[in-house]
Amino acid sequence: MNPSEPSLFEIRNLTVAYDRRPVLEDVDLTIPAGKLVAIVGPNGAGKSTLIKAALGLIPRLSGAFFAFGKPFGRADARIGYVPQRESVDWDFPVSVMDVALMGTYGRVGWMRRPGKTERLAAEHALEAVGMREFARRQISQLSGGQQQRTFLARALAQDASLYFMDEPLAGVDHATERAIIDLLRGLRSRGRTAVVVHHDLQTVPEYFDEVVLLNKRIIASGPIEQAFTATALHEAYGGKLLTLGPLAPEAPSEAVREVRSER
Amino acid sequence: MSYNTLLVLSGAGLLGALCGVVGSFAVLRRRALLGDALAHATLPGIALAFWITGLKSLPALLSGALATGVLGIAALSWIRRHTRTREDAALGLVLSVFFGVGIALSRHIQNAVPDGSQAGLDTYLLGKTAGIVLQDVLAVAAVSLFALLGVLLLFKELRLVTFDAGFARSLGWNTGLLDLIAMGFVAIAVVIGLPMVGIVMVAALTILPAVAARFWTDRLGALLALAAGFGASSAACGALVSAAIAKMPTGPVTILIAGGLFVFSALFAPTRGALSASLRRRRERLGLGTRLVLKELSERGPLAQPETALQASGVPRAKRAVARSVALGWAAWREGDLALTPAGEAALREARS
Repeated sequence: MNPSEPSLFEIRNLTVAYDRRPVLEDVDLTIPAGKLVAIVGPNGAGKSTLIKAALGLIPRLSGAFFAFGKPFGRADARIGYVPQRESVDWDFPVSVMDVALMGTYGRVGWMRRPGKTERLAAEHALEAVGMREFARRQISQLSGGQQQRTFLARALAQDASLYFMDEPLAGVDHATERAIIDLLRGLRSRGRTAVVVHHDLQTVPEYFDEVVLLNKRIIASGPIEQAFTATALHEAYGGKLLTLGPLAPEAPSEAVREVRSER
Repeated sequence: MSYNTLLVLSGAGLLGALCGVVGSFAVLRRRALLGDALAHATLPGIALAFWITGLKSLPALLSGALATGVLGIAALSWIRRHTRTREDAALGLVLSVFFGVGIALSRHIQNAVPDGSQAGLDTYLLGKTAGIVLQDVLAVAAVSLFALLGVLLLFKELRLVTFDAGFARSLGWNTGLLDLIAMGFVAIAVVIGLPMVGIVMVAALTILPAVAARFWTDRLGALLALAAGFGASSAACGALVSAAIAKMPTGPVTILIAGGLFVFSALFAPTRGALSASLRRRRERLGLGTRLVLKELSERGPLAQPETALQASGVPRAKRAVARSVALGWAAWREGDLALTPAGEAALREARS
């Protein structure tokens, strides 16, 4: 590990299985501080499982985690989580503001109510994602993109050092995608780290600093230039990688550069 | 109204409020039927407690009820985790098996124990206010108040764990414990509700007020308050009617009232109720219809017999839409033909912008 880039979160020997069917095998992964990291891989590669396991949301067969240089047992509010949008009931009787406020619950303490400071933090977070004017709206009256922004506002209000985000860009409109990317970059400029499950290979080099190619095990991980190669992609996706035109197996690094220079 | 009646009423009211509040969380968590399984699983416990102690004391019977109720829930989660049985099937299974055991046990006891038929175990099936001692009413009221306070204190925690348990766990919260607490509240409500509302009906008192309240509000706080109010008034009315009419059990009356509140809410609540939804749909269709009338007239020119022509080209509720267009001055009759007016043209342009 490069000492100038301290690791923020480390996964060692992670194995997860559902009904004895292994979903993740022997995963070793180091997340450097202050980077935007994409997790990509085909369907069923275990991308969501990886971040859920890292947060301790699902049981594991083996493995240890280290966060901020110390063994990481139980999840805490220093590490934020943006679940998949479909994971909750959007007809639930809460307002956008209520959801944003939930981000502050970790520092409020049990049986206490969020106070003025927390309300302010939630309002700022809503402002940052462009949802301030919808604060009082019930969450069932939101579009998909607005739902995703609301989840991100909750994460911002939490003010974590490291975020795990499960497909925040899935099914959102173009404007929301831009807004979310700007938000991620803002987080990075403030020294925060985000690990993002991502589905669109085309935008990986533009949006992210590092990539983790996953297919039940780590195929490649590291800075885009090193890890996001055609060989690794081919290995991760097998024959299913037909849609990605510019990345021919013969010219890996040029192809990646070509994708990047289009911007 | 006598002092005693007032006490019974407030006891029933507090119980109903508790059922409404804890039921709201259960319904939102999609665990509405858990209370029903638990309630039915209490019967063996009541019978056993009477057999062992030989007493009709409420604390003893309810302790027994709680014991087998919790056992039923434990059995449910064991079946779900270790067999391939699905949740709904496991629920039905636990509910009926425990209830069956309870019925068999209580019949056996009533035959075997001298004085057994006087045990009044049957009153636990449908609930009875008349036979209840005042001391027990006070106990029910106190426990209800205590549990309501607990829910109020844990409002924030219960809200988050009900809405998004994964996120709650990512904050480091012990969601297993919170779930246990939430279920514990349901168990308390169901068990202390047994003597008044009865095994068969008490779970409905946790479901109906919550579902009815959902029609009126989009806020969790307001939902809880409304559900508490619905639950309290249903239970209080049930107790009142049961006390006034000989041999009338409390449970069915209570649930009848709660059911009435549900039906009323489902039909007449603004925005979420069926009636206002159907009115809104009609209005929208008329709005769409009117717009289409203007569009057709502008494209096809004046129309003779516009209703038939418009209906044929797929304009919904064409007759009303034509009448409305004329009434609004957007279309006018000229020598038997319906034609667009300048105001109608302007309205169409505006609708398209």
